[in-house]
Parts: sequence; structure tokens; C-alpha cells
Amino acid sequence: MSTQAEHGHGDHGSHASVKFYWMIGGILAALTALEVAAYYMELGAIEVPLLLILSAAKFVLVVGFFMHLKFDSRVFTGVFVAGLVLAVFMVSALILLYHWVPGFTSVAAGSA
Amino acid sequence: MAEAAAVAHDDHHYTSTGLNSWKVGFWTFIGSECLFFGTLLSTYMVYKGAALQGPYPGDVFDIPLTTISTFVLLMSSLAMVLALDGVQRGNKRLALFWLGVVIVFGSIFLGFQYYEFTHFVHEGLTLQQSVFGSTFFVLTGFHGAHVTVGVIWMISLFVMGLRDKLPPEKALSVEIAGLYWHFVDIVWIVIFVLVYLIP
Amino acid sequence: MSVSTAPAPATSPETHHEDTGLWSWITTVDHKRIGIMYFVTSLFFLGVGGIEALIIRLQLFSPENQLISAQVYNQLFTMHGTTMIFLVAMPQAVAFFNYIVPLQIGARDVAFPRLNALSYWIYLFGAIYLNVSWFVGAAPNTSWVGYANLTSTQFSPGLNVDFWVLGLSILGVSSIMGGVNFITTIINLRAPGMKLMRMPLFTWMTFVTSFLLVTALPVIAVALILLAFDRFFATNFFVASAGGDPVLWQHLFWIFGHPEVYILVLPAFGVISDVIPAFSRKPLFGYPVVVYAGVLIGFIGWGVWSHHMFTSGLGPIADSFFVASTMIIAIPTGVKIFNWMATMWGGAIRFTTAMMFAVGLVALFTVGGLSGIMHSSAPVDLQQHDSYFVVAHFHYVIVGGILLGMFSGVYYWFPKVTGRLLDEKLGKLHFWSTIIGFNLTFFPMHFSGMYGMPRRTWTYRAELNVEIYNQLSTVGAFFLGASTLLLLWNIWKSLKSGEKAGHNPWGAPTLEWSIPSPPHHYNFPALPEVRSREPLWNDDERAAIEAVTLHEPATEPEMPNPSFWPIVVAFGITITWALVMTGIWWVPLLGLAFTALGVYAWAFEDPFKKKAAH
Ligand SMILES: [Cu+2]
Repeated sequence: MSTQAEHGHGDHGSHASVKFYWMIGGILAALTALEVAAYYMELGAIEVPLLLILSAAKFVLVVGFFMHLKFDSRVFTGVFVAGLVLAVFMVSALILLYHWVPGFTSVAAGSA
Repeated sequence: MAEAAAVAHDDHHYTSTGLNSWKVGFWTFIGSECLFFGTLLSTYMVYKGAALQGPYPGDVFDIPLTTISTFVLLMSSLAMVLALDGVQRGNKRLALFWLGVVIVFGSIFLGFQYYEFTHFVHEGLTLQQSVFGSTFFVLTGFHGAHVTVGVIWMISLFVMGLRDKLPPEKALSVEIAGLYWHFVDIVWIVIFVLVYLIP
Repeated sequence: MSVSTAPAPATSPETHHEDTGLWSWITTVDHKRIGIMYFVTSLFFLGVGGIEALIIRLQLFSPENQLISAQVYNQLFTMHGTTMIFLVAMPQAVAFFNYIVPLQIGARDVAFPRLNALSYWIYLFGAIYLNVSWFVGAAPNTSWVGYANLTSTQFSPGLNVDFWVLGLSILGVSSIMGGVNFITTIINLRAPGMKLMRMPLFTWMTFVTSFLLVTALPVIAVALILLAFDRFFATNFFVASAGGDPVLWQHLFWIFGHPEVYILVLPAFGVISDVIPAFSRKPLFGYPVVVYAGVLIGFIGWGVWSHHMFTSGLGPIADSFFVASTMIIAIPTGVKIFNWMATMWGGAIRFTTAMMFAVGLVALFTVGGLSGIMHSSAPVDLQQHDSYFVVAHFHYVIVGGILLGMFSGVYYWFPKVTGRLLDEKLGKLHFWSTIIGFNLTFFPMHFSGMYGMPRRTWTYRAELNVEIYNQLSTVGAFFLGASTLLLLWNIWKSLKSGEKAGHNPWGAPTLEWSIPSPPHHYNFPALPEVRSREPLWNDDERAAIEAVTLHEPATEPEMPNPSFWPIVVAFGITITWALVMTGIWWVPLLGLAFTALGVYAWAFEDPFKKKAAH
């Protein structure tokens, strides 16, 4: 009975081989190199969005493949993303309030 | 019929989703940690540019150095999945080797952080110097504390492995430690860009 | 292996007598006992917070009263708020989570029984630590919201704020762990057939609340950490002269604080969403809508926080946004009110005490909701901010909503917990005296607020013409306090000689009513199979379930061992935080080392008995 369930998650290795992990590691290293390159090239207006996209890509790769979220149950994605979404929302909202919304007069914004 | 069905599930390993509870709980905890670091990061971002006196970020950050330590932490994540793979295959030597790499790389990262902190203090950037100092040290300090806990956790697993206490059936405890380690890594991915690279 | 052993003939029937000694309570990991400990502890602190409120009311009985000093008054209202929210309302809800949720979903315990015990002990130690401040004459005195920069060392040099910062941090740890535990329990320990959309509403609201706990508590934890750094290590997070912004504290506090309101109220909504159908003999009207409304409230609750900050000068754009989002969040709440009323519509209503408290909640919470909608409008709020009108508003929400919901739950589930019914006559007396005392206390505050009486102020001048309202409030408060003694008397009486309750005295539809009252320590001899939302209201399904749940097994199911480590680790965590007070950076590390030892011992302890069978 319960052995059936245990067999169920026994076949872990099949979708992600060692080679695959090395490949992801390589991509991560390359993306980091790109980030630093973008930093030194001073690309102006596109620099910040580019850096954000690159780091988001690294984030997704680690979470999806190293943490197996891509292959694992949706339940894990659910409980993780619930927190992640709220965190992203909060950070964005506070950055918006302090650095973008006009009429917000505080010490921090005043000197920014 | 109902009786039989009930008895069949009568086991303390039964779960309604078939998933391991520790793993569900740990992912929930990671979701919670997102808000912990999210709040620290918010504080840093809100106070970006608000320091009234130097040293300012541009005066102290050493991007090549931080790039190296970022790279080391990133590669420790690779070592972590390889260690887990080793445990799952029952390959003790492989598992111990990669766990060892995780420990060494994690310690190197901490070493860099120690160097960075003392260097900054030397340059005049202390915890009390400005809001930049306060937000920077508290944010990266809490990340460093998480790495430290991770290294201690990995050392414990390493010792268990040495004593043959990490058979493939115990892979889950390594997997969960791995989840923690990777999470600490992704937090750094975000810090590296938002704190160091974006001016 | 276990299928073939189902009849289990050879093993001698273990007549397992449960330990009841003190040690068995200290080391217990049984969710029911932990629930009872949560309940009793929170009831004790309800008394503490209540006495604090009564002293406040005595001081305000007449203008320019000199009964207590302004300094003591500050400590009293701060500790009253802090106690009622963190030591009463939250743990009271957790008491119900603990006792009821595993029974409602058909589980033997929570997912992490030892972690559950740890949550309780941290709560207890944190609560004690916070209240030790009274005995050293330095109780927190900067209100439950602790606005910067009043909390800075410059303006609050004493130990008062230290106790508050560190005490709340300790309690936060307990809540986050509890949240993780209940999310996992509800996801993973539902009996076969108990799909998410078949779960009782109380379990659903526990689920949503737990998500709010694990997401909102880290925010206040960090805010408290920043404040602690400001106080102990002279950082500049909230120091304006160094570029810091005191208003950031308000943001962080309310980003936590508004979800916290739902952390407090959703469990009460859950209770009455179970009670109203049970006593209307009708399934909850629009079950999915009530569930989604609850989830929606939890989610939108993250986007309204600045309605607490309309007076801090955020500017018209931000204000407009938060006005709109606050008005929107009233919609799902209103939806729920209509669902409860529609459930009662045409039902065979039985006005038991539990039902009366539930209906009382619907009425009084609506009053609080309406005044809430009033100050969701920024211009209106500018008039009402920090006045007694706001005090009236949130007491209608918190006492009228949460406390009545919890009382409803007490009358509803007491027979399950003890096997005895509470006295209905006394119960009804308790209900009516609560309603009268409550309205007498808080309704006049609308007026004193409108006349301009500020909250958190030690006394007032006679020319303000609010004396009569204050006197009504004070009389009401004593009435309300006395009415709560009726509940205690009722509980005491029932424990001694209450009428015996069967396993389902109310004819309620959910799974917790299918097992004996009080339940066995293993809850369910075998896991029942659920096929509908109201399993005990379908005759054939009930028969099938009760054949399983009321059956006395020959061998009791294996349950986790008691453990000593939760209380040790909880002590370590509390001590670590408390040692921060020394202000020497390495001293707390001693506590941390102690905690780490406890954690190791814990990690290597086998939670289940090492029976030879394995
Ligand atoms: Cu609010």
C-alpha cells in the first residue's frame, strides 16, 4: 500500500541528469558574467531593466531546476509563490511610494 | 468497503497529497523567508540615496571582488545538487565530495564577506555611520547569518555521511537542506543586482 | 504490510491509560492538549488585559481625574492593546486551530506535533517575559503600534520599549511556526475524500489565516529587528537626523498590521460559518463564494495598509489609491454577511447560545464595518483619526467580531472537548449581559470621539462635555467584565456536573462530531472516507463514517512520543532574545548556543516509539 506511494517519488533522477545540472551551472555563470559586463558597459536607460531580467532568469533557473520546482508538485510552487508574490509586491510598492509617487514628502525622498 | 479503504490508509506516513510533510512545510517556510528578506531589501531600497554622509556605495563597493564571491556561492549551489544526486544514487564518495565542496565554497563566501565588512569599516563605513551603513550591514549580515546556518547544517550532514548515516532513504533530509541552501543563493542573486550592480 | 494485519487478532488490547500528571502536559505533543493549554493561557491573559482596561476606564470616569499617573496610564493602554491582540486574540484563535482543525479534516494530529508544542511554549514564555516588565516598573508605554521616533532611545530611554521590541519578536517566532504547521496540516493530513472544497469553513479560514501569519509576521519581525538595532546598536533606521525616515516604521508596521486584522477576524468568521449552518439545519449558502471571499480578503488585505496613515502626508495619489482599495475590500466582507443571513433564511433555526453569539457577531461586526467604511475616506479620516471614534470602531470589530466569534466557538465545541454541555440558561445570560455591557461600553465612544476626545490621552477637561459618555463607557466596561465571569462560572459548573453530551449533541454535519466526546488521544481509530461537504447529514455516509470513527480498535494507532525538547528550545529562544537587553553583542550568543544544543537533541530524537515491529 504505502510502498506504492514511496515508489512514486523514487524516480527522481530520470529528468535531471548530472550533465544537465552542469549545464544549468554553466548558464548561471554566463548570466552572472553578462550582468557584470552590463554593469561596466553603462548602457544607460536599458541597464536597470536588463539587470533585473538577467537576475530574474538566474532566480528562475535555480528555483526551477536546482530546487526541482519545475518537476515537482504544484503544491510546492503554490506555497512558495504565495510568499514570493507578496514580497515582490511589497518591495515594488515601497520603492514606488518613496521614489516615484509625487507629493510624497519624506526625509528620504527629499534628499533622493 | 469503506472500512477496508480506511484501514489501507491507516499509517503515519499517509498524506492526502502523497507529498512529504517536511517538504511542504519547508517550502512554506521559504515562502515566509521571502517576506523576511523582502522587508530588509525594501528598507535598503527605500533608503537608497538617502545617506547624509559618506562613504557612499560607489566609494566602497569592489565589484570584481563581489563578483568572485557571488560566483563561488552560485557554484556551491551546483555542488549541492550534485551532492544530493550522489546521496540518491547511494554513492557515498560522490556525496561526501560534493557536500565538502558546498562547505568549502560556503566558507569562502563567508570569508569574502568578513573581508568586505572589515574593509568597509576601515574605510569609515560602520553600522552607525549612515542609513547606507545601517541598511547595508543589516541586510547582508542577515544573509551571511543564513549562510552560516547553512554551512553548519552541511557540516552536520557531512559528519552523518562519514558515519554511513546518509543512505538513499535519507535523501530527503539532504534535499531539504539543499532547498535551504539554494534559497540562500537566490537571495544573494537578488542582493547582488539590487545592491551592488544597480547604481 | 499493514493490509494483511487489519484484523490484528494476536496483539493484546493495549488499554492505554493516558498520563495526566504535570510532566505529561509539559512534554505533550498532542494537538488537543496543546489547544487546551493555548485556550487556558489566553483566557488568563484576557483577564490581565481586561483588568488593564478597567483601570483605564476608572481613570477616565471623570474629567481631570488623578487616580493614576499619566506614566502608568501610558503603560496600561499599551499593554492592554498588546496583550489583547498578541496574547489573547491570536492565541485564542490558535487554540481553536489546534483542537478543531485536525478533527475537522480527519487527522490524528498536526503535521509537526513537536513544532506545535514549541509554538505554545514560546508563546507562554514570550507572554511571561512581556509581563515581567510590570514587576520591574517598566512596562511598554509607546502604544501597541510603537511609532518611531517615540520609541528611539532619545525619547524612550528606559527598559519599557526594550521589553516590547524583544517580547513581540519572541511571539512572532511562535506565530510563524504555527502558520507553517497548519498550512502543512491542512494540505497534507486531510482524510481520504476530504477535498479542499469539502473542508469545513473553519478549516478554510484557518488555512487563509495561516498564510497571513507566515507572510505578515516576517514583516513586523524585520521592523522590530530594525528598531532593536536602532536601540541597541545605535543604527539610523528611524533616525531623521541621519537620513532615516520615522514614517517607514509606520509603513512596515501597517503592512503587517492590516493583514493582522484579518489574522484576528478570519478565524471568528470561520467559527460562525460552521455554527450558523449547524443551527439553521441548512448547508452554508454559497459555500464557494464564502471561501473565495475569505481568500480574497486575505489577498487584498495586503494592499490597503496606508489607510492607517492618511494623516502622515503621503500625498493625494497614494491616498487616493488606498482609499479605493480600502473601499473595495469591504465588498467581500459584505458578501459574507449576506451569505450568513441567506443561510439562516428559511432554516430550522435553533437559538442555542452558540448560535446567538454567532448572530450577535453578524450584527455588531456590521456596525464596526460601517464606521470602518466611514474612515476609509481620507478626508473623513482626517477628522476621526486618533479620536475615540476610531476606538469605538475597532472595538466593534475586535470585540464584536472576534470575541463574540470565539465565545460562539466555546459554546459550540465545549461538549466535544469535555464531553459535557455548557449550561444554556447561564449561557443566554452570558450572551445578553455581554451584548448590553459591550454596547454600553463602546457605543458612547462614537460620541466622545465626535466631540473631539483624543485616544491615548490620560485625561480630559470638563469643557469638552464628554463626561457622560465616559461614565457610560466605564459602567459598561464593568458590566462586560462581570459578564465574562459568567462564562468562567459556567465552565466550572459544567466541568463538575454538566449534562453529558453525546458524540454529536448538535446534530452538526462536520467530521469532528463523528468521534467520541472527548476524543481519544489518537482521534480516529482509522481514517474515515469523506464523500461530501456535510458528511454527517447524509445518512448512508454518516453510517459508514461512524462505523469507522466510533469503533474501539483492538490496538491503538501509533502516536508520536512526548518530547522534552520543545520546552527546552522555547526556553533557549526566549533567553536569547531576553539577553539582547544586556546590550553586549556576544551575550545573546550564549542563549543561541543553548538553543542550538536543544535543536540538535531534537533533530536526532525519534518522534515515534521504537517498537520492535519496525
Ligand atoms: Cu487596516
